Amino acid sequence: MIPLSHVLTLSVILFVIGAAGFVLRRNIITVFMCIELMLNAANLAFIAFSRYLGTLDGQLFVFFVIVVAAAEAAVGLAIIIALYRNRETLNIEDLDSMKL
Amino acid sequence: MEILFYICAAVSVLAALNVVLQRTPVYSALSLILVLCLLAVIYLLLGAEFIAVIQVIVYAGAIMVLFVFVIMLLNAGREVPSERSRLARWLGVPLVIAFLLEVLWAVWNQFPSGTAPAADFDAGPAAIGHLLFRNYVLPFEVTSVLILVAILGAVVLAKKEE
Amino acid sequence: MATLSDTELFLLVTMIKIAVVMFVLMTTVAYLSWLERKVVAHIQSRWGPYLVGPHGLLQPLADGVKFLFKEDIVPLEVDRVVYWLAPFLSFALAFLSIAVIPFGGTFTIQGRTFNFQITDVNVGLLFIFAVTSLGVYSIVLAGWSANSKYSFFGGLRSSAQMISYETAMGLAVVGTLMIAGTLSLRGIVDGQSGTWVIGTFNTYLPRWNIFVQPVGFFVYLTAAVAETNRIPFDLPEGEAEYSNMVTVSCLATLLFFGGWHGPLFGPGWLRMLLPIFWFCLKVFCFLFFYIWMRGTLPRFRYDQLMSFGWKFLLPLGLLNVLATSFVVAWLSA
Repeated sequence: MIPLSHVLTLSVILFVIGAAGFVLRRNIITVFMCIELMLNAANLAFIAFSRYLGTLDGQLFVFFVIVVAAAEAAVGLAIIIALYRNRETLNIEDLDSMKL
Repeated sequence: MEILFYICAAVSVLAALNVVLQRTPVYSALSLILVLCLLAVIYLLLGAEFIAVIQVIVYAGAIMVLFVFVIMLLNAGREVPSERSRLARWLGVPLVIAFLLEVLWAVWNQFPSGTAPAADFDAGPAAIGHLLFRNYVLPFEVTSVLILVAILGAVVLAKKEE
Repeated sequence: MATLSDTELFLLVTMIKIAVVMFVLMTTVAYLSWLERKVVAHIQSRWGPYLVGPHGLLQPLADGVKFLFKEDIVPLEVDRVVYWLAPFLSFALAFLSIAVIPFGGTFTIQGRTFNFQITDVNVGLLFIFAVTSLGVYSIVLAGWSANSKYSFFGGLRSSAQMISYETAMGLAVVGTLMIAGTLSLRGIVDGQSGTWVIGTFNTYLPRWNIFVQPVGFFVYLTAAVAETNRIPFDLPEGEAEYSNMVTVSCLATLLFFGGWHGPLFGPGWLRMLLPIFWFCLKVFCFLFFYIWMRGTLPRFRYDQLMSFGWKFLLPLGLLNVLATSFVVAWLSA
């Protein structure tokens, strides 16, 4: 059987890669995708704990995270489209003022 | 079984690195889709077959389609490195590695590799449904309202102003 | 004959099953193109392929040879990786979904029972939906990678169409799921054996879901035609995707027409093989229906197609789910 710590290690590595991308990338869509990567790392940890504790609740949490991620992606991408329409850029360094 | 997990884990880490290192957003998105599918396989190995399928249907099949759509619609090309992104690289990468080591240390201390999994349990759609509509009814309803709000918000935001 | 261990037997049988299914699928896909040309030709009072072999029966082979020797044209400035990945992806996904389709009952070798199915997944239906939902990528990537705005628009339209009709298709099958109470395709088919009995009166109607889910079937059939980009919903590309057509036909047979159930008679070996014959016959009827429709119906305009999907099929599917759930709850109470 796969040891719990190995699954959690994978989860941590994926989370850290996502966090690194969040810091390093300048394209707002890529930054957004890195957030999704971090969410998935957390989901993996939930599933692993659910398996090792023998309860379904962890899987339910993943279910909710996926649903919320769908809502988040819809709104987030709509915001990105609106931003691009006004500023004509996707670079987060150029998106630094609160006013249009 | 175990060997499949390690293969999936290795490939998903490589693909995740590719998400971050690629400068062309389409390739990032494709790598992320690969990561999501591999995670679904890992969920299967961990006995969460319903969540695995949901992961592919909703995450890889719907959410990422939105991303790919937007990338193509906005024609997002290669990103150009700037002064400040170099700063982020020299400061950010060591910090992130420190964070990685710290969390790994915590995980390995907290869960020594001998931790045995619980006995097999039913994780089919029926069991999940029972739990969802008995213990988690309120969160379920709240999320459905959230989805509705998100749909409205997305339509309002993306609508062209006249 | 030396007896094989359980694992060896399992591996051997699985390999044979995969080989047979792949062979049958490839041949079906190749000959569907022949059938389509023939049937459409006869509908339009033409002969269709006639030169290669008797009644043009060797035409698919000739086409295959021609494709092999054709020059591969790669337009300038295309994204090479994605350009090659897209068609590969569409084929891989089409073959993947066939793996969970059951096409017959069970058979026994050395006291072990095997299914006429490559693998039985207890979320089989969702698996097929998962695979089809990934099929959008092959189209959107193909449109994008060619680096031409026209193919890009085509890809966007096509994928928007697929996403829209996927929701209707998903809703359409929920009714049958509630009746069967399982997501396993084998379980759904098992629930459709025998005949409908009302009280003590035997109707001699087969116990197929089509008789209790006609609305669901209508929504499924319409959405499936759109999902596979067939006429009258084929405007994005105007090309046929035969293997996806086979998959949705198999699914329609399994969900609404009782899968492999049909009259059984004759000696034991015939009783074992007849279910497969019934299954293939039903799938063939659906495939013929598809082609027939192509010969008959005109094409939709894009806005008509979108409003039909969202404003008619989707509400209809929702109503069907609602009505079915009330009836199921009432019957079980």
